Amino acid sequence: MAEQATDGAADALVEIRGVDKVFGDTRVLGRVDLSVRAGEKVAIIGPSGSGKTTLLRCVAHLEKPTAGYVAIAGQRVGEKLVNGHWREMSDREIAQMRTGIGMVFQRFNLFPHLTALENVMLGPTRVLKRSRAEVEPLARDLLRKVGLAHKADDYPERLSGGQQQRVAIARSLAMQPKLMLFDEATSALDPELIGEVLNVMRDLARDGMTMLIVTHEMRFAEEVADRIVFMDHGRIVDEGPPGELFHAPSHPRTQAFLRAVLDRQTMADAS
Amino acid sequence: MSWQIFLDSLPELLEAALNTIKITCLAFLLASVLGLLLALARAAGGVVGRVARVYIEIVRGMPALTLLFLIYFGLVPMGIVLNSFVAAVVGLGLNGAAYLAEVYRSGIGAVASGQREAAQMIGLRRPQIMRHVILPQALPTVLPPMGNYAVSLLKDTSIASLISAPELMLRARDLAGTYYLPMDYYLLVGAMYLIMAWPMMRGVRALERHFARGRLQGGT
Repeated sequence: MAEQATDGAADALVEIRGVDKVFGDTRVLGRVDLSVRAGEKVAIIGPSGSGKTTLLRCVAHLEKPTAGYVAIAGQRVGEKLVNGHWREMSDREIAQMRTGIGMVFQRFNLFPHLTALENVMLGPTRVLKRSRAEVEPLARDLLRKVGLAHKADDYPERLSGGQQQRVAIARSLAMQPKLMLFDEATSALDPELIGEVLNVMRDLARDGMTMLIVTHEMRFAEEVADRIVFMDHGRIVDEGPPGELFHAPSHPRTQAFLRAVLDRQTMADAS
Repeated sequence: MSWQIFLDSLPELLEAALNTIKITCLAFLLASVLGLLLALARAAGGVVGRVARVYIEIVRGMPALTLLFLIYFGLVPMGIVLNSFVAAVVGLGLNGAAYLAEVYRSGIGAVASGQREAAQMIGLRRPQIMRHVILPQALPTVLPPMGNYAVSLLKDTSIASLISAPELMLRARDLAGTYYLPMDYYLLVGAMYLIMAWPMMRGVRALERHFARGRLQGGT
């Protein structure tokens, strides 16, 4: 199974191979192939409905690909080989596998019945079975890192959207993941709160985290990503380094998309 | 009703009221625990889930009195003879479990799906997600209907008089027959039920108010 999973780039942390996803009669993803090296930051852009989020959810095994597979560090996500057949992992195995993957959602999804600190501590105490005394200083450090040390004891409803999203990032980091997935992490935020979340993501990129970022923030993608992937209608249409893809896109669909998006963002910045 | 007859009956009625409270509490406890197990079984799906579902459908479609008669009279030929108090607790508890299972289910279903996904992504397993993420958030949705159920249960214990469980309604029927004062006695026990139910109803109101403005209601 190891050979099968690692026939892509030798140092790939994430390998997406021939992933199809069909919901009912709709093909959301078609034959998607993508490799992400350890430490690499890949931004996925494209019009809504292009399958970016579904692709990310397949990596997290929140969706199961209809065909193809995703592997992380040579291990197939959500599947194991039993007597020569790929079978769905057990609940316990899937949970174990997910500890290596952090995911930040568009709607934050903080646990509303827990304080910011408790949100960050839930994974380490319940999943890694570490004591509260041991975990609390680490959790407070993480909150400090995202600039929210002073909000540790507040419940999510007392926090702004940007603050909630930063706590959500700290909550993911508490599990010390190898890979972070960002699913339109700033799309639900008021414009003035986007910057603080992007700053935290920038710090994370600087620390060498492997990041797969679905985003509409083109300028941020250009600045942080090593590679931009453009998706349309469930397929990867174009990919390349940001300089090339943003400033000299060769594919006509990329050109059309960027023209539409960048015009809008420039207008927003000017107003 | 003369005051003398009234005073003479009072100890008997109070003792019977105490039994009514006992049956209510025990049946509520049974219904709460069994109902939760049924709801969790349903959420788990598979064969267990289907069994739970069939139980819920059958029991919810059946009068509580039928269930009481089945347990109290129906089991006798099989050599199972329960005393009327136990039969009342078990019958009302089994009946309430099916009702509360549905209450729990709607509470669990009302928790946003993103909550489950966020919990999955930090590596929690399904039972842990239920315990640490879903159930605490379902609680505000579930507590007021549970309180309302407790109020109905208090009143529904009166049907246990039909299997001669020593509760308030049975005692009232005895006394009303003995002294031939139906209006007086039934009004009296009606008032006694009301006095017991009233603080419970106030409690439910308070719960509703608490959760309407409490932080627990907020889901993102």
